Amino acid sequence: MTTQVLMPALSPTMTEGKIARWLKKEGDIVKPGQVLAEIETDKATMEVEAVEAGTLGKILVPAGTEGVAINSPIAVLLEEGEDAAALGNVAAAVQKPAKAEAAAKPHLSVVPSMPSAPVTSDEKTYDKVVVKTVREALREGMSEEMRRDPRVFLLGEEVAEYQGAYKVSQGMLEEFGPERVIDSPITEMGFAGLGVGAAFGGLVPIIEFMSMSFSMQAIDQIVNSAAKTLYMSGGEIGCPIVFRGQNGAPGRVAAQHSQCYASWYAHVPGLKVLAPYDAADAKGLIKAAIRDPNPVIFLEHELMYGQSFEVPDDPDFILPIGKAKVMCEGGDVTIVAYSRMVGVALQAAAKLAEEGIQAEVINLRSIRPLDTATIVASVKKTSRLVSVEESWPFAGIGSELAAQMMEHAFDYLDAPMARVCAADAPLPYAVNLERLALPQVESIVDAVKQVCFRQAA
Amino acid sequence: MLNTKPQIKAAKAVQPSPLLATDMLSYYRDMLLIRRFEEKAGQFYGMGLIGGFCHLYIGQEAVAVGIRRAQKPQDTTITAYRARGQLLAAGVSPKAIMAELTGRGTGCSKGKGGSMHMFSREKNFFGGHGIVGAQIPMGTGLAFAHKYKKDGGVCVAYMGDGAANQGQVYESFNMAALWKLPVVFVIENNKYSMGTSQSRHAAGELFRRGEGFGIIGRQVDGMDVVKVRRAAEDALEHARSGKGPVLLEVMTYRYRGHSMSDPGKYRSKEEVERWREERDPIDSLRVLMLRDGLATEGDLKRIEREIKDIVAEAADFAQTSPEPDPSELLTDVLIES
Repeated sequence: MTTQVLMPALSPTMTEGKIARWLKKEGDIVKPGQVLAEIETDKATMEVEAVEAGTLGKILVPAGTEGVAINSPIAVLLEEGEDAAALGNVAAAVQKPAKAEAAAKPHLSVVPSMPSAPVTSDEKTYDKVVVKTVREALREGMSEEMRRDPRVFLLGEEVAEYQGAYKVSQGMLEEFGPERVIDSPITEMGFAGLGVGAAFGGLVPIIEFMSMSFSMQAIDQIVNSAAKTLYMSGGEIGCPIVFRGQNGAPGRVAAQHSQCYASWYAHVPGLKVLAPYDAADAKGLIKAAIRDPNPVIFLEHELMYGQSFEVPDDPDFILPIGKAKVMCEGGDVTIVAYSRMVGVALQAAAKLAEEGIQAEVINLRSIRPLDTATIVASVKKTSRLVSVEESWPFAGIGSELAAQMMEHAFDYLDAPMARVCAADAPLPYAVNLERLALPQVESIVDAVKQVCFRQAA
Repeated sequence: MLNTKPQIKAAKAVQPSPLLATDMLSYYRDMLLIRRFEEKAGQFYGMGLIGGFCHLYIGQEAVAVGIRRAQKPQDTTITAYRARGQLLAAGVSPKAIMAELTGRGTGCSKGKGGSMHMFSREKNFFGGHGIVGAQIPMGTGLAFAHKYKKDGGVCVAYMGDGAANQGQVYESFNMAALWKLPVVFVIENNKYSMGTSQSRHAAGELFRRGEGFGIIGRQVDGMDVVKVRRAAEDALEHARSGKGPVLLEVMTYRYRGHSMSDPGKYRSKEEVERWREERDPIDSLRVLMLRDGLATEGDLKRIEREIKDIVAEAADFAQTSPEPDPSELLTDVLIES
């Protein structure tokens, strides 16, 4: 059988090229890998190699020809024992890929369809509660999961012998031993990648970043390795891992240690992003994060570690991922916040109540997946929305909420949504500037008055 | 299995395995499969059937085959984007690999991964990763999992000489040595980091780069499949016995460009020709087998025909399989819990 030699594409952008010269002539015997011709592309001169063994039967496109389209036949190879008579039938076409049925409509318009009803009501209620700090709640959550599942281990800087840089893992080394509570060298990219590999290998790592700011050293492993491998492997290799650490502005540590990563990680398909506010959130969500088969980013807040809240006293207590919580009800305005900002928003709501404005405060708890249904249900009631976050305004979580409201609640808004964010600058050190840079009770109160068309204070 | 001696001797790993005709033939077969498969991939790229990047393994076949034959079933493997040598040596279906290259729904990653991102849990093959060097911490993590689970496995983590300059490689060396993880780091030194030769991209000797961490380094002739296999056996045995990581620098050569769109102007034709003529791993083994009576011309012809059929079948499958269903666009983003 004769084999056609086709004009090869030698770069992703090449559509045609020039046959610069032939290195073999008609009648020459060629072996796989031997150079037949040189072609000039838009970028460089490249070689065309023989793939099959045979005799160069006929050169179809002479040297010097320009504008030869890729995939057009440029020569014919004869198999061993064939003669030139076989050249008669050289017009076979390149097999075209079987096109899958074109998508009915472009996927650019993919907007998540809205759950029909808010889903906060399916959260279990617990009769017995105990008071715990956020730090204790996190430790309990992790420890309970480690008792339950021997595949779970904790790795990070100072998590073991030092008892945790923020004492979150205090006592865990003693209970679980050095094989499961492991001090890492200061080597974020390395230990984040090690965690990803361990998750591929069947373990469930909890990777603690002393600060999420340091996770930028490891962001390639989080985004390119942890988040994308399931997809790239066609569902074959999953990555059950939790990356956790304190996030946002802990106070007076300035720009490089103070940053909120909610929108950074929430941007990435393949990641879940959780941000607990109180101790019940912390315990219920860390347990859910560890049990989740996907990579989860868990954003804690240093200023919340020592604060105490009620936590359900039940061994089965766990929270669902993707469910926001209405912290207080009100009919005049919806305030959406996450992490420490929920507390600031609650203080603002109390202040607003004194002035006769009833605010509904929603604690997102889960940034991705986002509980759009609960927010929309609230906005349908209040017609006004203010978002509060410790991250920068541009492409922040407030920006996403604004887009979601355009898509799902446009007709219910009586005023443009307002965003309360960190100032659009690196976080300053000086006390006064730092205070100005971060959302305060007053800035939330002002924003609420603005959307309620009241005079700002 | 290759070893005919009692198990107890094998465990010492100082005794080189005897060479058996059947093993040599199977090395030959596996290397030839990679060579012919990759030639076909290069041809497909030229026909526009493979898009984006395509980094051919041609010239380096003895590395993947020699190391794979030293591995045990519980061992894991991870590498970068020049992965098809390892995939084929591991026994992943040529049809599924070729269909992945052409972006079809029957590809080993359902057409979502492409040439750089291929995996096989069944063969403990964890990629196929596109970011230079990122596979080394992940491989260290696979080794961590072996140790944690006490499953007796070792991870083989491959990188090129170019990747050996990434910082995360040394973060991994540190942790692997510190925690005595069962991992064999393999530098496939094909002399060029894309278009930059080793003398222009790397200070010092690569196999000595673990010394500061106490990691044993060995340099191996990567054009000789038997030598690669023996070095890999020793390295795997060392790592498996709890003594910590080993660094193997396997000296090899790629005949083709870094990727298909590399015109190769950074080296002379004569240099490439010399390697092909004098050091080709497949031709060398062929000559050796015929000389020592380990195979006949007929045996080799039969293998060539078998490989030709396998590659033709894979090529046909990859051209005729349908593209992924549009409904696959949004699947496999997350595991539904």
